[in-house]
Amino acid sequence: MTLDFRAEALIQKHLADARINIELETEGMVLNLGPQHPATHGTLRVVVKLDGERVVSADPVIGYMHRGYEKLTEFRTYPQITTLINRIDWLSSFANEVPFIHGAELLMGVEAPPRAEYIRTILTELSRIATFVLFLGEMALQVGAITPAFYGFRDREHVLNLIEAATGGRFHPNFNRIGGLKVDLPQGWIDETRRVMKKIFDSVDDFEGLVVGNEIFAVRTRGVGVIPAGVGAAYGVSGSNLRASGVDWDLRRDGPEYLVYKDLDWRVWTHSDGDSFARYWVRMQETRESCRMVLQMLDGLPAGPIMAKVPRIIKVPEGEVWVNTENPLGEMGYYLISKGATGPFRTKIRSASFSNVSILPWLLKGVYVPDIITILASLYFILGDIDR
Amino acid sequence: MTDAVEPAANELPAEGDDIPIVEPDPEPEPEPMPEAAAKLLAQLEKELKDGIIESGHTFGDLVVRVTPEAWRKAAEVARDKLECDYLSFVSGIDWMPAPKVGGDDAEGDTSAPAQPTETTYGVAGSDGRFQVFARVSSTSRHHGVTLKVDVDEAAPSIASWVSVYPGADWHERECWEMFGISFDGHPGMRHLYLPAEFEGHPLRKDFPLLSREIKPWPGLVDVEPMPGEEVVQEVIPE
Repeated sequence: MTLDFRAEALIQKHLADARINIELETEGMVLNLGPQHPATHGTLRVVVKLDGERVVSADPVIGYMHRGYEKLTEFRTYPQITTLINRIDWLSSFANEVPFIHGAELLMGVEAPPRAEYIRTILTELSRIATFVLFLGEMALQVGAITPAFYGFRDREHVLNLIEAATGGRFHPNFNRIGGLKVDLPQGWIDETRRVMKKIFDSVDDFEGLVVGNEIFAVRTRGVGVIPAGVGAAYGVSGSNLRASGVDWDLRRDGPEYLVYKDLDWRVWTHSDGDSFARYWVRMQETRESCRMVLQMLDGLPAGPIMAKVPRIIKVPEGEVWVNTENPLGEMGYYLISKGATGPFRTKIRSASFSNVSILPWLLKGVYVPDIITILASLYFILGDIDR
Repeated sequence: MTDAVEPAANELPAEGDDIPIVEPDPEPEPEPMPEAAAKLLAQLEKELKDGIIESGHTFGDLVVRVTPEAWRKAAEVARDKLECDYLSFVSGIDWMPAPKVGGDDAEGDTSAPAQPTETTYGVAGSDGRFQVFARVSSTSRHHGVTLKVDVDEAAPSIASWVSVYPGADWHERECWEMFGISFDGHPGMRHLYLPAEFEGHPLRKDFPLLSREIKPWPGLVDVEPMPGEEVVQEVIPE
């Protein structure tokens, strides 16, 4: 059989490539990223199998911080549980309380007064801003830019001071009560919040100039860790991560009505790329949007009581309810099953980071080692939110 | 609410409290199913036919109980026909009432909320002790459905959803170690949170919360003296 000379050349070329590959073949290497690693925000361990610099497979190992909250809720009363769920996602603790309290209120048929709903929304958005400005700095840090990290921590401090002034706790406010809030806002808080919001606007502009406009940052993040919309949704990736893949879905707008988002003038930001850069960009825009929402709510804050009339001993009637809200890290939900006692019979806690991180084995396949850090940083997870 | 429910010992007396505890109607009228939920149910019924055992709704959300044989089909129908492309969670429920801490004769852990001792099932009912339930929703049409399936108590096992929703992987691993329910067709059933040598299934109701067995809730009977304090209280009077 005679071959066309071009076909023969092609075969020879492939043979040569194959010989080189055999000569240069490296043994696969297993790299343990974590549990204690500067770039993992806590005790996440990723066992990465490498071929040279390329990831063959990645297996996240979680559970180093598992505290068994679902079991613990069965041994506590409703008011005691808010203390626990503060510690799920500790960067935005206030936002964790909201769906749980809302679920208990639905079952009890209690409705919080408008002022309480407004203050809840303001504090939820403030915790979103606190979470996101830290991200804006931290992600830049993880791809090698030191300065923005300090800006991120500085700005978060402003917001945490506001949360502390209103609730008494920087990280764990435990401020929601079934039927309303613990106390009203302190004097001067509204003016101070307006000032801080202006600072945050300015500093987000700084981030945009420093980070988004930076060529090195673009090279490190553009096209890295692309999540297609369909794959992301099937894995349960939610929140800004999914919106960065072009899915126009925000529970504040599209979910069952909760808090006062329907009264506000705001928009949902999406980005079509789905890569690490898109996730950074979407969170940056959402920080601004949250600031706008807070300013609107401060202007329209209604007067009135902050606590509805509820019985002194909270007994939740028999029933079950699924409440999910748009938290800074994504969809946070509680499936509450009550049997008419002072505590829930079963609480399924659906935390955002758990599902966001479960896509890692799929997402990390075939990327290079430095990109692992970019992807981990851009997904933005909190270990307490994964391990619960 | 019936009188059978014992008030927990840590409840404060409601003396001087002018707000009465509102007792719900003993048998409230069943609310009609919201239109959106009824539409979804009709679509599911068309595809699954006999696969649906019971359905219900709670606060506007549709809850459907399917047969174990139809569990995976239900996921496919939800994804392809209802456009529920997003998986919130897969988890389990143990409907057994929690046994008293320390056995029936013991006083038990009085600090924990007293749960009813008779077995009741939630929305859409249940056939036995264990159920697996999952929540899927649509990112484009903004609806969602909670699917439930009964699991045999003697040999708890159900079809895996990983081939339909890849995100079910971790949720099913968690459900397996927490409830002991195995998932057929799961690619790698191993521990997720707990160490590999862990015995037992913590979220089952008969799995005791050990910290409460050893020491009662410290908020209830705090007898530890402050540092430097000489007087040791012996027994808290009944």
